[in-house]
Amino acid sequence: MTDLFSKFDDIIEMRRALLATGVEDPFNLVMERVLSPTVAICNGRETILLGTYNYMGMTFDPDVIAAGKEALDLFGSGTTGSRVLNGTYVGHREVEQALKDFYAMEHAMVFSTGYQANLGIISTIAGKGDYIVLDIDSHASIWDGCKLGDAEVVPFRHNDIEAMEKRLKRIPEGAGKLVILEGVYSMMGDIAPLREMVGIAKANGAMVLVDEAHSMGFIGPNGRGVAEDQGVLDQVDFVIGTFSKSVGTVGGFCVSNHPKFEVLRLVCRPYVFTASLPPSVVATAATSIRKLMHVHNKRQHLWENSRKLHAGIMALGFTLGTATPQSAIIAVIMPDLERGATMWEALLHEGLYVNLARPPATPANMTLLRCSLCAEHTADQVERIIGIFERAGKSAGII
Amino acid sequence: MDRPDIDASTRALIEPFNKKSLEITDSTSFTDDLEFDSLTVMDFVAAIEDEFDIIISMNQQAEIETYGQLVDAVVKLLG
Repeated sequence: MTDLFSKFDDIIEMRRALLATGVEDPFNLVMERVLSPTVAICNGRETILLGTYNYMGMTFDPDVIAAGKEALDLFGSGTTGSRVLNGTYVGHREVEQALKDFYAMEHAMVFSTGYQANLGIISTIAGKGDYIVLDIDSHASIWDGCKLGDAEVVPFRHNDIEAMEKRLKRIPEGAGKLVILEGVYSMMGDIAPLREMVGIAKANGAMVLVDEAHSMGFIGPNGRGVAEDQGVLDQVDFVIGTFSKSVGTVGGFCVSNHPKFEVLRLVCRPYVFTASLPPSVVATAATSIRKLMHVHNKRQHLWENSRKLHAGIMALGFTLGTATPQSAIIAVIMPDLERGATMWEALLHEGLYVNLARPPATPANMTLLRCSLCAEHTADQVERIIGIFERAGKSAGII
Repeated sequence: MDRPDIDASTRALIEPFNKKSLEITDSTSFTDDLEFDSLTVMDFVAAIEDEFDIIISMNQQAEIETYGQLVDAVVKLLG
């Protein structure tokens, strides 16, 4: 018998070798208690959270929590059904209305996760014979959507405007074209030149989908994301987003002005063949989205945190993923996985949690310590974080 | 352009990616012999696409394992 698991032997060995060095397992952390959006008890230690996507700190917002509790009481714990059968409650309609209001768009469709939103929309609109042109650093959910839909997939070098344009121009006459971009690329925390790219995509007759998962709530004048910030949101055909980051719960969505958009509810399999979100989740999401329309001070504070942390860590001598702070993600580049894991552990022992990101999830096989800031991090916490990076970096021999 | 011309151009384009200076034959495998990773594949495919002004989608790349298959695919794409 051929063991079907033998294909995972390299990963099993990489993990064994890493843990054999005695390092605390970076992929097995347990949060025993969560005290606030920025502090938890992890593996028995009080820890500052710098590796969540809780950008706007909505997870403990009193109005959000109250809405969830009320929905639990009124509608029960779950819908036990698909959106197109028994799984559409008034709360699902309300959260879709909140999204339409937030983005000022005609249509909104809510999925059970952000992953499913990309999987469902991409695989449904780009099928056999159509062409998808996408950035090589796209998220796994985008790649999986491409694969499921059976379109011709044409990647281009990360953020390379000319490479994208060349590929678009070579697509056969008459073929359907979808360009897929992200506002913020979550591994390095860099943003896309959407103004140029979206313009070129439209000039070449392509539809454009932009994943704004890591920008919602704090980038752009109304928090609608990088496309809004760069003034091209009106040219974007589909915006994909998530509830599991700034919104502070779980779920995914697509908003659009396409006149035929609603047909997707009937033909999009990852939407149809899955249970809808629980009533408490859509109630928390709707409340959070409406509050995110009016949080200018929090947005400003998040940007202050990002600038301060970026400058502080750079001044210590670490190598960062971006020369300037472009989002709420600051990626610290490690020399290799082993030293990255040592540094990650040293940070954890000092009371700081960041994400250890490793190949194959990272570009160019880099090992990254990925820091994501929250609008609820205080200036004092950011100071402490910089101090922890200094001590851990020295003890791990990185700086 | 006929197969020998395409072969000659492709052979020149592969050189910067041929880190171990292997002798390239029609049966040379990109993954097993040349040990291309996904980023190298992208850069190499981009070089081929720009040279011949064609698209080799990832779906088509999945069918191409050896140097000879690549030259055949380019010949076919150029019609």
